[in-house]
Amino acid sequence: MKEKTWRPWLLLSPSLTAVFLLLVVPVCFVIVYSFWLRAPSGQDIPAFQLGNYAKFFADFFYPSILLNTLRVAFETVILCLLMGYIPAFFFYKTESRLKPYLMLLVMLPFWISFIIRTLSWINILGDSGLINHLLLKAGLITSPLALLYNEGAVIMGLLQYLLPFMILNIYVSLDGIDKSLAEAAKSLGCTEWQAFREVTLPLSMPGVSAGCLLVFVLTCGTYLPPMILGGPGNEMIANLIFKRVIGTLDWPFGSAISVILMLLLAIIVYTYNRYMGINQIFKSLSNG
Amino acid sequence: MKKMISGWSLIKLFTLLVYIWMFTPIIAVVILAFNPQQFGSFPMEGFSFQWFVKLSHNSTILEAFKNSLVLGSLTAVFSTAIGVPAAMAFIRYEFRGKEFFNTLLIAPIMVPEVVLGVALLLFIRWLQQPKSFAMLLIGHVVLTLPYVLLIVQARLVGIKREYEEAALSLGASPLQTFREITFPLLAPAIFAGMLFSFTISFDDVTATLFWATAQNQTVPVKIFGMLRNSISPEINALGAVMILLTVSTPLLAGYLSRRFTRGIDK
Repeated sequence: MKEKTWRPWLLLSPSLTAVFLLLVVPVCFVIVYSFWLRAPSGQDIPAFQLGNYAKFFADFFYPSILLNTLRVAFETVILCLLMGYIPAFFFYKTESRLKPYLMLLVMLPFWISFIIRTLSWINILGDSGLINHLLLKAGLITSPLALLYNEGAVIMGLLQYLLPFMILNIYVSLDGIDKSLAEAAKSLGCTEWQAFREVTLPLSMPGVSAGCLLVFVLTCGTYLPPMILGGPGNEMIANLIFKRVIGTLDWPFGSAISVILMLLLAIIVYTYNRYMGINQIFKSLSNG
Repeated sequence: MKKMISGWSLIKLFTLLVYIWMFTPIIAVVILAFNPQQFGSFPMEGFSFQWFVKLSHNSTILEAFKNSLVLGSLTAVFSTAIGVPAAMAFIRYEFRGKEFFNTLLIAPIMVPEVVLGVALLLFIRWLQQPKSFAMLLIGHVVLTLPYVLLIVQARLVGIKREYEEAALSLGASPLQTFREITFPLLAPAIFAGMLFSFTISFDDVTATLFWATAQNQTVPVKIFGMLRNSISPEINALGAVMILLTVSTPLLAGYLSRRFTRGIDK
């Protein structure tokens, strides 16, 4: 079988052609286009100049959207980690017969339409949503609280979308830890908490960091939650790209912003890969 | 000892709260779909199917549903058709640049959808082609291919090579070996891959917003358009239908694949 060296290439050719033609080439186009000029007539003129990038950094408006995106991504990662570690740890420790079903339940949101999950928060946070309805009824407030169309609402939507990714990543890592290690630590005099802190927690770090990276990268490219749950001030970088390309048809500038986003993510992924190895993410993804 | 037990019950309580937090909005959508009130919000004022009835007469939504189903099914077929051979190549053969090509094929996961959307649209524009259904379809295939690869590869690693080698040594051709040995063993993973691609395609909003024309809008894109006004009870009803559909699909698939594999074991 080994001597037929052409065979793997034959098997690979359809996928490679598809990804090359539909991903690699188009992304190269985006990079090339980001140096082009846009004429007042709306025509794009081939050129090599950094005007589009200069425009992005010319005043504080565009960089502030970038910073906004990074801040939201950072907050989402932290909250996801806080909300995700404990359920993952629960799955690792529990001996309940219900465990497979409970895990299936965590996976369930993956299957539910993203847009439905996002807009479902309107029913909870809106002026006549569940929270305001209950608070009004209980007489704790006299007029509805403004819970929707702000950064908090955007983060709620993001958390609900990303939490299953975080839980699964951490769980996959925890599941690979030999439980007798923590037992050994305890038999040597560690308390439950010490055994966790000194043995289990450090060994689960690959899953934690993989989860964090995935959540961060997915948040940075997010379009829908800020559109549906955010207000005018909660625009993120993806919304800006969409507006420039589809709204004002400014392809060169839209391309330049896309390149900036890709560069940012590439730096983050590259740094991560140097220290952790990217394969951890794929491992958890294929388990999910 | 007592302290440990209380720590454990705190963990359980927290996990329960996370579940409640995760499912309350979803359950609220389903409940509100039955609210006869005009504005699709709390409080509940009775129980009615009127929004579902109204939905079933909404021809643009029905059209979008048909588009989504066709697009999702075709995406599932094409991306497994090209993904399964690629997975075979990565797991069963040694060749130069294997790691690199594997990463390249999984790369679409890490590229933000907005960028994919812009990139493909820009390319099509440069080729002076109009947006079309075919373009939407190939876009979705690229979007879902990495998932098919990951799922099928993971399963393929677990299938012993000896089975295939035995068949080959008994005189079967590689194609026969695949058809008679590998494919039946791989079927659950292929099925899972198809299901995954279908769901991702059916669900996709961001890239589809870039690629869809007015004629081939999908359900999520339609919902997105409807949301511009504000949430209506009709959206809740549509949401309830989609939640029911998407929740029953993996359950059904799990059941089917279990029957499937049991048949193979015999």
